[in-house]
Parts: sequence; structure tokens; C-alpha cells
Amino acid sequence: MSEAFRLPDGGRVDRAQPLSFTFDGRRYGGLAGDTIASALLANGVHLVGRSFKYHRPRGIVSAGAEEPNALVGVGRDEAHYTPNLVATQISLYDGLSAVSQNRSPSLERDAGSINDRLWRFFPAGFYYKTFMWPRRAWTRVFEPRIRAMAGLGRAPKAPDAARYAQRYAHCDVLVIGAGPAGLASALAAAEAGARVIICDEQSELGGSLLAETEARIDGLAAQDWLAATLARLGAFDRVTVLPRTIAFGYFPHNMVGLAQDLTGYQGEPDDAAPRGRLWQVRAKQVVIAAGAIERPLVFPDNDRPGIMLADSARIYVERYAVKPGRRAVIFTAHDEAYRAALALHRAGVEIAAIADLRGAPEGAWIDAARAAGLPVRPATTISGTDGQLRVSAAHLAPIADGKVGRAERIECDLVLMSGGFTPSVHLFSQSRGKLRFDPALEAFVPGAPAEASLMAGASAGAQTLEATLATGYDAGDQAAGVSGTAQVRHFAVEAAPLSRGGFLGAVPHGRDPASVRAFVDFQNDVTAKDIKLALAEGFRSIEHVKRYTTTGMATDQGKTSNMNALGIVSETLGRPIPEIGTTTFRMPYTPVPFGYFAGYARGELFEPVRETPIHGWAAERGAVFEDVGQWKRARYFPEPGEDMRAAVARECRAVREAVGIFDASTLGKIEIVGPDAAEFLNRLYVNAWTKLKPGRLRYGVLLREDGFIVDDGVVGRIAEDRFHVTTTTGGAPRVLATMEDYLQTEWPDLNVWLTSTTEQWAVIAVQGPKARDVLAPLVEGADISAASMPHMSVAECRVAGVPARLFRVSFTGELGFEVNVPAEYGRAVWETIFAAGQPHGVVPYGTETMHVLRAEKGYIIVGQETDGTATPEDVGLGWAIGKAKPDFVGKRALARAGMAAQDDRKQLVGVLTEEPGFVLEEGAHLVADPAQKPPMTMLGHVTSSYWSAKLNRSIALAMVRSGRDRLGETLHVPLADRTVRVTLTEPVFYDPEGSRLDG
Amino acid sequence: MLLITCPFCGQRPEIEFAYGGEAHIARAADPRATSDEAWTEYLYVRGNARGLHAERWRHIRGCGRFFNALRDTVTDHFVATYKMGEARPDRTEGKQP
Repeated sequence: MSEAFRLPDGGRVDRAQPLSFTFDGRRYGGLAGDTIASALLANGVHLVGRSFKYHRPRGIVSAGAEEPNALVGVGRDEAHYTPNLVATQISLYDGLSAVSQNRSPSLERDAGSINDRLWRFFPAGFYYKTFMWPRRAWTRVFEPRIRAMAGLGRAPKAPDAARYAQRYAHCDVLVIGAGPAGLASALAAAEAGARVIICDEQSELGGSLLAETEARIDGLAAQDWLAATLARLGAFDRVTVLPRTIAFGYFPHNMVGLAQDLTGYQGEPDDAAPRGRLWQVRAKQVVIAAGAIERPLVFPDNDRPGIMLADSARIYVERYAVKPGRRAVIFTAHDEAYRAALALHRAGVEIAAIADLRGAPEGAWIDAARAAGLPVRPATTISGTDGQLRVSAAHLAPIADGKVGRAERIECDLVLMSGGFTPSVHLFSQSRGKLRFDPALEAFVPGAPAEASLMAGASAGAQTLEATLATGYDAGDQAAGVSGTAQVRHFAVEAAPLSRGGFLGAVPHGRDPASVRAFVDFQNDVTAKDIKLALAEGFRSIEHVKRYTTTGMATDQGKTSNMNALGIVSETLGRPIPEIGTTTFRMPYTPVPFGYFAGYARGELFEPVRETPIHGWAAERGAVFEDVGQWKRARYFPEPGEDMRAAVARECRAVREAVGIFDASTLGKIEIVGPDAAEFLNRLYVNAWTKLKPGRLRYGVLLREDGFIVDDGVVGRIAEDRFHVTTTTGGAPRVLATMEDYLQTEWPDLNVWLTSTTEQWAVIAVQGPKARDVLAPLVEGADISAASMPHMSVAECRVAGVPARLFRVSFTGELGFEVNVPAEYGRAVWETIFAAGQPHGVVPYGTETMHVLRAEKGYIIVGQETDGTATPEDVGLGWAIGKAKPDFVGKRALARAGMAAQDDRKQLVGVLTEEPGFVLEEGAHLVADPAQKPPMTMLGHVTSSYWSAKLNRSIALAMVRSGRDRLGETLHVPLADRTVRVTLTEPVFYDPEGSRLDG
Repeated sequence: MLLITCPFCGQRPEIEFAYGGEAHIARAADPRATSDEAWTEYLYVRGNARGLHAERWRHIRGCGRFFNALRDTVTDHFVATYKMGEARPDRTEGKQP
């Protein structure tokens, strides 16, 4: 299709670089320098989407980030699809594929447009009032259907194939916006020696200058001045220029989030190259030069395709060389629309009428329009428009003595509207800066800043190019910290005369207000009537009106709608706007794809994976791994044909009858060293440490100050002043942080050093009656016989020629050792022990077997038997407490009411099912009377439950209220399909005398 | 993201730090001599200041040291940071440079 609406010359598009793209499957031509929106308009396409609620046909309204309607999905396939992109912001590239949203089956014939005919049934907050009955239908019928009908784009169906980069940057001055104010700021800051980053959402820097064909700055045509200024900025090494980069969020302490689009005119980047980059910029000073946004006028049926903002239409003519239509009606309350009318007139667009709301508009702009022969109609409103998929006529009605007269129908294919300009204060407001209402401008302008920030140009209320450049340069100068030098610079500007005017609220139309729809918020389908309804129903706070009507919400954050909504509220309530205030502007300023935030943190890089030194051996052996925190742990080592139960049964049998080898390297380890190390442990752990001799181990229990168990582990005294502390696999960082906390903040008097050694030691557990036989030939420098190395002792020696700390310790109930060697030797030592164990029938076992073996012995796992409300007594560890110690962390809390054994606390017990083959579910509840009605009185819950091959039956541990007093009682476990009878027992199922610890 | 001035390392981004709860809540020298009420207060009761709040932070991904800070809970601005053991600065408002 030819670009029938492209002007033969002018604009900043490159006619030497034709591009091809598709919209809803149809192929169109465009030029380098186009956006999707300008290219569609060049082809005469205004209809680009269906509205959020009523599915009304919608067209392109603006030429920038404020666009509420023209949201499209872009991407050649699902893996490259991004929904809700703003067509006025996306640079066209060759081969681009865009689709419209929220329509079915097609944009022209949309089944959802039935909503438009039923609009009376969908007023503001309709979902609070209707669809209320029957109650269940809301979640099953109404809500899903409403959600399917309402909405914007759809999520892509495939993972995003594109890559996204992220970087941090620091600068002296961050300039947001590269229009005349931003460029002047950057120039001033750079000239003052500051490191500057300047960003702009557009593909080209220049802002309003890109569509400026009349003004001259310092004797140069505006666009020549722009080129010269960009060249000058580019010559500074300390200036970073970022086009296509939107500042979407202002975070505390001058951190600003920038989203940089890296797609180019040549097409989407290769998947190997990033498609976007998230910048987190920390700036000493931020200059916000975000410009101003033109307001629509709120008149009946102001949302048909072909109805646009006046200045945006001018931008399409001047910057993109596109005629937005053939015959235009201009509706305005501001002089700037006359400038647009003149530009369109020059471009060959017939101006059918300029309807000016103002009674007697005067000034240079009006004179110029009249001189050009444009029909100016003062005191005129638009009372309605015609057209289905494109506006076809406007109804112009005179206003006299506050009354709207008879309307005249004027045919047109374009209506331009201008209600004046709203300074873009979004980022300033995000930074918590206070806004101030300027009555002359009829707008909120920046007041006192909360961050080190300065506002410049139109976003600070400047109205002329001269003022824009001057405030910009001044802000840049101040931001660079040289304000004292009084480096005043004057820009000589020859520009069009100052334009004035403006209107807030809904315009008079003389029709029955109940029968018309004048849209305030195009994106959310909010009409003037909706806002009045909210007020009539008693909502007063603007924040409540916003939430009830949804005006100003969603992706455009009310850029075009907020001030008109405020105007309606103000008029209806008869209260001035400053009294009503404004709603909070939320980030992001424009939508940012999730990929920018995910960045590199995807797939394997999402979270670190920790592997032990022996991981490779286990993997080669075919181990099945489980995730324990960030660790990968071997769960079991299946032989061919074995399932987990068979493998675990075999592994358990090997440990009980011969010997097993287990990788315990993930255990947390902390080296505690110093003259006060024993005293430190005394104060921290429940146990008594003073009398523990070097060479001995002790099982330590750590509480919080509230008396509840937080961690446990075996502690070895290596020397008088040196302890080797182990913690649970997941608990090491928490325990070390707790230790540092007490050491630094409560007991700085203690001379102790703490070092994490988790990753420095590989730990190889050798467990079973043959454990000593396997290890003894490999040990040098220590006698590991039963006589000289009893249970719970530690020796520094060599194992397989490697320096080792050899623990004699058991978490299985069998004779056991844990060989600690430097991590680098872990696998070699493991392989040596495994080889030495072959004649003894050594079997590698995993965490599942470890769990079964320890449960058979009633050994708890912190976090499984305990849940943060268990005391040592509760889980049968009262023996560990050093009773003579005056104090330790948690001791005082244990003396509080409700913490003693007789206080009906949950206590650790064993659970045996009546039916030995039945393995309970962990988490199952225990009750006394299974016949009671739910919710039943629950006495406790199963914490661990396994099949014990050794005992040839199921075993379980549970925490049960006053469980120690209930041993022998029969309780019931109600399950989904049946109730199971169980008996409470001692929690030690195997070898209660502990005779096997010595082999 | 906040900028936090570690008294040992200087200004660093928030991600290097861990929050440590309200400051100046000392553990009793002899908890045995403390009443149940007082111990409950120590364990569970914390202020919820609107305005300046003295709180503990740890430069956990830096020097590892704990320190105290005065932060305005309304503006989220840090007014002062100071070493453990030092008295709470006599400040009522302002911003840390």
C-alpha cells in the first residue's frame, strides 16, 4: 500500500530508506525515522485499537509517551512478542510486525463492541453493584468473563527469546528529556565540567525542536541549532547521550531507572545481542526537563478515530511529513491549535473550521489564522461527532450567554483538539516533590523538591522557547554546582508569539448529559458522567474518585486525563482545584517490559547453585539430586531398576549391616577462635562448654532469645581457643549473622573471631559397623581405636595423606566418622575411602537414607521437627542444657510462664500406625476423637514419616500436645479418604540403648 | 534504592546492607533479675516512630560491621549513622549529606 498521506518533502524521515512492516497482517510502507504511529498515519490508518471497556474503535491521539489509545503488540513470533507497546514511541524497523489488541475476531468487526451498545449497564464501579448474585457466580462466571472482555494486550505464549542487559551508572548531572530545556541543561553542566548523562524517550534528541520549522536560536534555524548543540555535546567525553531511553522511575536518593531500547531501524537485534538495557543511574543532581503534555477537550464522542491532539497533528506534519487527514475541524481553547491549523493548512489539509471555546480569542495567532483565510468561529463548542471506524463529521454549536445553540454538522475526517498544556510533573512527583497549583497556568507545577533535583523548561511551567532554554541552562548550571559563578547565558530566540489559553474539565454541549459520552480517560474508558456519578455517590477525595472510576490509572497514568478529571470534580463540587489536590503519580512513567528487570537473572543465572566437591562423583554415579536451599544434594543412588524406596532400603541396610559413605559437605561450618571462644559459646549455646576438653565433641543447641530452637550442630574443640562449629545446611548464614550480632553489639568485650568455613571443608561421613575397618588403614597421626577415640571426639590427623579433622560422630546410630578435609581434596579422599571400602561392601547413600536412619534413632532435624515454637524440652533435648550456667541466649525466656513441660506443650513422640505397611503423610494431624465434626480439635501433627526397611514397618515422629504423657495412647489421623489409627511411642525406634554406636 | 553511609566504609547502596531492627535495645546484663514484663518488652515490643527512628544496620556485604542509624520514616532519608556504642545523636531533622 502506498503512503498516500506522506508529504513530498520536509520532515526528518529518510526517504532514501524505505521500510516495510505489517499491522494486523497487512503490509505497509514506511520510512526510517518513522514511528509505528507515523507510518500508519502516512498510510491513512487511524483505527489502531479497541477501547478497554466498551470496545469502541480508537485511533492515534498523540505523537508521544502520553498516547492512551495506540497500544499494540509487537514481535515476529511469540518468543519476541511484547504487548502494550505505545505505537507513538516505537521506532519503525524493517520487517516489524505489529498487531492491534483487545478485539476479536478483527479490529474492524469486534464482537466485544456489543459492550458499547450496552454502555448504560457499565457505569463506573459497575462491578461493585451488579453481578452480585448468586454469590458463587462472581468467581466462576462473571469475573472471568469481565476479565476476558476488558483489557489491554495479552501475555506472550513463549518465553522471551531476547536478552536484556543491566548496568549501573553514576554521574554529576542526569538530564531527563532532550528537548530545548534538557539540551541547554546538559550543555551548561558539561561546560561547567560535570559528568552528564542525558536521556530521551525518542529515537532522536531534540524534543519539540524536531518539529520546529519556524524559530531561530542564536541566529540558526532551530533544527540547525539542534544539530550544532548535539555535536557540541558529543564532543565532551564526560557526556553520555542516551536516545530511546525513558526515565521511568525516580527512586530514593537520586536513583533513576532508565529503560533503553536497543532495537534499531535495521530490524530486531540478534537474540545474542541485548534488546534493551536497564540503567540504574545514581546522580548527584537530576534535571527534569520532561516537557508538557497537551490536554484533550472533553466533548461528546471525542474518542473516534481521527480525533487527535492538535500539537501532535502538527508534529506529524512537521517531523514525519505526514498529513493526518484531508479535511480538519479544529476545536480549541488554546492558541497553540492555531499554530497547528496553520501548519496543516500549509501542508495541504483543508481547515473546515476552527471552533474556539473562548468568547473572543485575540492575538497574533488568531490574526495569522484569519489572514490565511482559515474560518475562525469564536464561542463555539462541539456537541458531538459522527463516524464509526473514523470520524466523519463534527457538530459545531455556538455558545451564547452560557447556552449552547443549534449545532451545524460539518463533514471532516480529522478533528484536532487542544485544551492547553499540562507540565509533565510525573517524575518530580514520584520523587516526592511537592506540587503547587499555578492559577495563571491552570496547572500543577513543581514546588519544593524532596531530592537533589531541578525542573526546567515546560515541565517547570516555561511557556516560550526563550524561557525554556534559559531555565534549562540555568538548571544545568546550578546542577553542576557552579551557580556562584553567575554564568548567565542568553539565548537569542526569534520564535512564534506566546500562545495562551487553556480549559479544564468537560466542555458545554447542550445535550442531555445522561445520553452522551464525553471521554476523560481514553485508556480506561472513563467519561465525564462516570466522574460525576462517583461524586454523586459520595466520593469526595480525588484518590477515591480515581479508584472508583479508574481514571488516571493503568499504563498511561493519566497523562492526558488527570487535569480534566480534576476540572470536572472542581466544577461539580464547587471547590477550587488546589483544594482538591492531585493523585499520586506512580512509576513506571511508561510501561517497561519485565525482561528489563529480570535482566541476566534468568535460567541458570536466576539463582546461584551450590555444589559440593563430591557432586561430580555423585552425578557420574547416577545420583538423584534434591534442592536443599541453594545446594544440590544427592538424595539417593539408584541401582538399575530400583525406585527410590528400593534404593533407600538397600542403602539403609548397608549402613546398618556394613558401611555407608555420605557426602555431608553442605553442613554449615564456622571456626570460632580467640581467648574468649569458650565463653562466647557459653553465652550463646544452651550447652556448657568450659569443661569440654580439646579433642572432644559436643552436640550444641542454639536458641533465640524467646527460648525456641533455631539451630543445632556438633561442635568440636580443636584447641583451648579454637572451636569447629557445625550448623544445619540451611542455617549457616543465619547462625553466623546471629553470632556476629551478639559479638559486635552485646559482648564487644569478648576477644573472639568468627570465620565461615562452610566451603573450605569437604565432609565425608563413613557410617556403619565396618566404618573403622574402612578408615583405619587410611589414617595417619591418630589412633582411631575404640579405646583411644571414643564417640564424640575429634582428632587432627591425615586421612588418605590429606590433613584432616576426623570427627567420631554419628547421625545414624551406628559407629561413625566424619572426615573433614580441605574442599579441594574432597573428591580424591572420597574416592580413596570408597575404594578402601569395597572389600567391606561400602555403599554410597543420600539424604533420603540419612533421614530414615536418623528418624529410626529419633534424632530431630531443626526445621522439620521444630517450627520456631519448640523448646529443647519439647523435643527431648533438655539434657543438653547447661543447668549451672547463669545465662545463655534464650535461658530467661525458658523461665517464662507457659514454657515448662507441664504447660500442655507440644512434645516430640514416636508414632506407629496400627497397620505397619501404611506410611503417614508428613503434616497429617492427630486427633483424639475421629467422630467429631470439623474443625476437629487437633492434638498435634506428623513431622517426619518414613518406611523403615530395618524395622519392616512405617515409623513417624510427631509433635503432640502433652505427648510425653500420652505414650501408649491410641490417636487417629484423619486423611482425605480414611482415618488411620496410631499409637504414640518413644521417639527412638531402633537401638534405644545406643549400643551400636561402638560398632 | 537508598544510599547508606557506613561509618567504616562510607556511602554505599542499600543492597550491601541488612536491616537489624530498632537500635538501643540493650540485653539486660543479668536477665535473671529481669521481670517477666520487662523481658517480654525486650523480646517483643518495639517503637513504630513516625519521624526519626534509631535503628541497627549491618554492612553485611561490605565490612560486616553493625552500626546504628537515624532515619526519618516519613521521608526515608538518613539523618545520621554512627558506630555501635556511641550515643544517639541529638538530631531532630535534616538530611545526611
